[in-house]
Amino acid sequence: MKTAKLLAATALVAAGGFTASNAQAADLTLCWAAWDPANALVELSKEFESQSGHTMNFEFVPWPNFADRMLNELNSGGKLCDLLIGDSQWIGGGAESGHYVKLNTFFDSEGISMDDFAPATVYAYSTWPKGTPNYYALPAMGDANGWYYRKDWFADPELQAEFKAKHGRDLGVPNTQKELLETAQFFQGREVDGQTRYGATIHTERGSEGITMGVTSALYPWGFKYENTPGKYDMEGAVNSADAVDALEFYKEFYKTATPPGYSDGYMVAGLDAIKSGQVAMGMNWFAFFPGLAADPDVGDKLGFFANPPQKVEGSTLGGQGISVVAYSENQDAALEYVKWFAQPDVQAKWWELGGYSAHNSVLNDPGFPESAPFAGEFLKAMAAVQDFWQEPAYAELLLAMQKRMHDYVVADQGTAQEALDKLIEDWTETFEDEGKI
Amino acid sequence: MSGYSITEPSSRQKWVAGTLVIVYAIITLLPLVWIITTGFKSPVDAIAYPPKVVFEPSLEGYVNLFTTRTRIGQEQLEALPPPATWYEEIVRDRDMVIAGPSRYGERFLNSVIIGFGSTFLSVFLGTLAAYAFSRFKVPLKDDLLFFILSTRMMPPIAVAIPIFLMFRKLGLSDTHLGMILLYTAVNISLAVWLLKGFIDEIPREYEEAALIDGYTRFQAFYKVVLPQAATGIASTAIFCLIFSWNEYAFAVLLTSGTAQTAPPFIPTIIGVGGQDWPAVAAGATLFLIPVMVFTILLRKHLLRGITFGAVRK
Amino acid sequence: MSDTPIDRVAKATPPSVASKIRGLSDRTIAWLFVAPSIFLLLAVNIFPLIWTINLSFTNYKANRPNREVDFIGLRNYERILTDSDIWLTMQATAHFLFWTIFLQVLIGFALAWLINRKFKGNDLWTTLIVLPMMLSPAVVGNFWTFLYQPQIGLFNYAVSFLTGIDPSSFEMIGDVALAPWAIVIVDTWMWTPFVMLICLAGLRSIPDYIYEAAEIDRASKWRQFWTITVPMVLPFLMLAVLFRGIENFKMFDLVVQLTGGGPGSITELTSINLKREAFEKWRTGYASAYAIILFVTVFGLASIYVKALNKVKER
Repeated sequence: MKTAKLLAATALVAAGGFTASNAQAADLTLCWAAWDPANALVELSKEFESQSGHTMNFEFVPWPNFADRMLNELNSGGKLCDLLIGDSQWIGGGAESGHYVKLNTFFDSEGISMDDFAPATVYAYSTWPKGTPNYYALPAMGDANGWYYRKDWFADPELQAEFKAKHGRDLGVPNTQKELLETAQFFQGREVDGQTRYGATIHTERGSEGITMGVTSALYPWGFKYENTPGKYDMEGAVNSADAVDALEFYKEFYKTATPPGYSDGYMVAGLDAIKSGQVAMGMNWFAFFPGLAADPDVGDKLGFFANPPQKVEGSTLGGQGISVVAYSENQDAALEYVKWFAQPDVQAKWWELGGYSAHNSVLNDPGFPESAPFAGEFLKAMAAVQDFWQEPAYAELLLAMQKRMHDYVVADQGTAQEALDKLIEDWTETFEDEGKI
Repeated sequence: MSGYSITEPSSRQKWVAGTLVIVYAIITLLPLVWIITTGFKSPVDAIAYPPKVVFEPSLEGYVNLFTTRTRIGQEQLEALPPPATWYEEIVRDRDMVIAGPSRYGERFLNSVIIGFGSTFLSVFLGTLAAYAFSRFKVPLKDDLLFFILSTRMMPPIAVAIPIFLMFRKLGLSDTHLGMILLYTAVNISLAVWLLKGFIDEIPREYEEAALIDGYTRFQAFYKVVLPQAATGIASTAIFCLIFSWNEYAFAVLLTSGTAQTAPPFIPTIIGVGGQDWPAVAAGATLFLIPVMVFTILLRKHLLRGITFGAVRK
Repeated sequence: MSDTPIDRVAKATPPSVASKIRGLSDRTIAWLFVAPSIFLLLAVNIFPLIWTINLSFTNYKANRPNREVDFIGLRNYERILTDSDIWLTMQATAHFLFWTIFLQVLIGFALAWLINRKFKGNDLWTTLIVLPMMLSPAVVGNFWTFLYQPQIGLFNYAVSFLTGIDPSSFEMIGDVALAPWAIVIVDTWMWTPFVMLICLAGLRSIPDYIYEAAEIDRASKWRQFWTITVPMVLPFLMLAVLFRGIENFKMFDLVVQLTGGGPGSITELTSINLKREAFEKWRTGYASAYAIILFVTVFGLASIYVKALNKVKER
């Protein structure tokens, strides 16, 4: 960080007292997960440092520990982070327990309008209670669970011919979940270029949120709903509907028949490893990684990308985060200044350019956007049909219950899909009863 | 051999026993050797199949352990001046540049501060208490001693909840002081029990002679008893240090940024794309060295230390 | 006592320390020396324990400071004791406890017996064998995930080398049937030396003349082993079992890093389950009741065991 400080200082001198209007230069710390987009943000923030005179520090936590560590930090009233790019599901707790600063007054006074951001992202990353105009974050990074595949293998004439003979259609980007599985099974254990390859990686991680994010990517296309009536917490018949059971059984079949051996606890990083090392033909992962993959010197040009295919309906699992100001921070003014700077359309444009997924309409609605990257069009497609997990203040309990039930069924072979979902309803009902919601 | 003894094993027996033990030792040391050697492998060699026994040593793991790196484009890379140091060169070979130091150094330092701080405190308090238990009639002595021992039986997670709440109220979460106090409290049971054993072995006559010479009780304690107990104190200190050095559960629950020690940090070392095993192994190796050295130094007192003084060799 | 110890300490400024202390009675010194330790233990162990008991009757959640806290009596205890999932974690813990102790005692005792054959260089090898148990369990757990990787992992490779099974055909951590054994193997690797050391102390405490007397009585080696060696070492062995039992009942760091409780909840030992409830789900009240149940269990079992141990010692 020393060099960054130096750079900022030199820039200051050059600007000749540009920051005279600012009260004082602050030392800001921004907390986020340790992944590709975070590096892009460091790059982007250099501009802020030179403009404002504030110094930016970064605390990036690896994904498996991110939620644990950051929620712990918030719950203990820690002052480590001034700004936090927290997961969408934390917003309920962040708002209710007063961890996040409410941003309405600030938005109004600075002329920042939430109408300038994609509605799905505002709904998911910023509002609490859901859908009300109470904002606790600015959409920072749009994201959804998508897929990458080996374009070069898919284009192989021999494989194409064999696939066509077997399945009666062309080997290409799958149009439905079932085609997706068929394609993955086609590659499972197949010898390509002299090495044994496998179908696809799907999220199976137990410790944090992995398998839930994976399973929901199958549930949503089958039309999964958390409640029969939104806001009523009536889950019986919704969570364990016949379609939900089908989707869950599908996911298990996928795990058993089309993933690499030993892939029982894999999430983002393991998935990236597998595609980079040529172990698999396809893989499920967050769009956030795609810019990095597309630029990868080894496999970048061999990869194609597609949004999660539909089955009965279109549906993708939402990722992504909003940026919040932490209520315990002693540098709130400077932190708000950062948010204001970040919300500007030209900064947002640069954010996309550097590999971050802007949620700003000026970026997304730009006619050139779908062509600006190999995954940009698919990203828009995915974001048009995203669904998120519960965002309740008790989200952690709800998530851990689902992690357990799904991993027990899919990976550890305990019980049936119907039983897993029934038990999940029991767990969730208990939580909502404790919450006094039912 | 000085003379025939019926209890002395025959040389054939010795040979068989020796061989079996050495075979076991080799098997059991293999994982340890694997950790150390993996630290000197390149990431490719580390995950090679079949596992590589002979490899070209590389310091990449150690470089990755101490730095954070970013990948940059080929053009940008070519525009850079040539690498000035050997470690920059290693990073450059992977199309990356060093972005800054990693947190490993800080975490290691935290382990040193918290480890030594709590060790000093627990040995200091423990020596006083042990002396009192050894020499004076303390009411309810046996009960107090048992109470001190029983605190060690509690699962750390069980007391972690209120400690977490208490630390939050007192502002001790994620501070060095908080962790030092906590580890001291955990270690004090060990310190009292061990030191009481050591002090019990020092003949009372020494102090009595000193008292007759006009020493006060306190003078007798620090001029006569302490020097006699020096070996015991030193080995107790090392046992306390080993515990606080290796502790994980409290560290992972009560620290995050500033006071985090190395054990919760090492498993989170992830490189660009996947767990960076050489870096993890390098981090583990550096972290193991002190304990290994201590083990060898301590071998005479080992048994006593790990059994709370219940077994003496 | 006219003066409290605290007053005396307060008055004891450096230049006159000696003269002030000169007057202290043995009794005062005793208290002065013991008090700080007891105080610290009360503050960091007993006070939290009482607090935990208190919390266990409420529905408090530490991550939701603004939520109302209700006293709910024994509801938390009732829930835990009737929860079938918690019984499964208890079973996992029991499996882990039984097999780790069984294997460690078996191998540990055998090793100690062999080392006691006093072959040349036995001290050096003993020290080397002991090394694993001095490591940080979390780091060990983490690194063993690497050794257990199918195909590239050393463990799988070694098994395939010895048995000819394809190293990528089995996965120690991901497989429902193998995962419980994966944690047993690592714990045994790490802690067998501990049992070995204690057994060794036991063997060395047996005076030679007992064997000499047996030899004169023409007792066979086999008989000597069962009538002298085993009974004499038994108290030591039982002590080792006690220590390992308490430690493994608390087991958290090694297993959490190794399997994280997976696959599913197959290796979710009670401490890991408790950590999830307390620090991931943040059901503080519920987790407090859980903690108390565990503590009472360990304490109860340990007390019964210590009684048995004392009986054996008396024989």
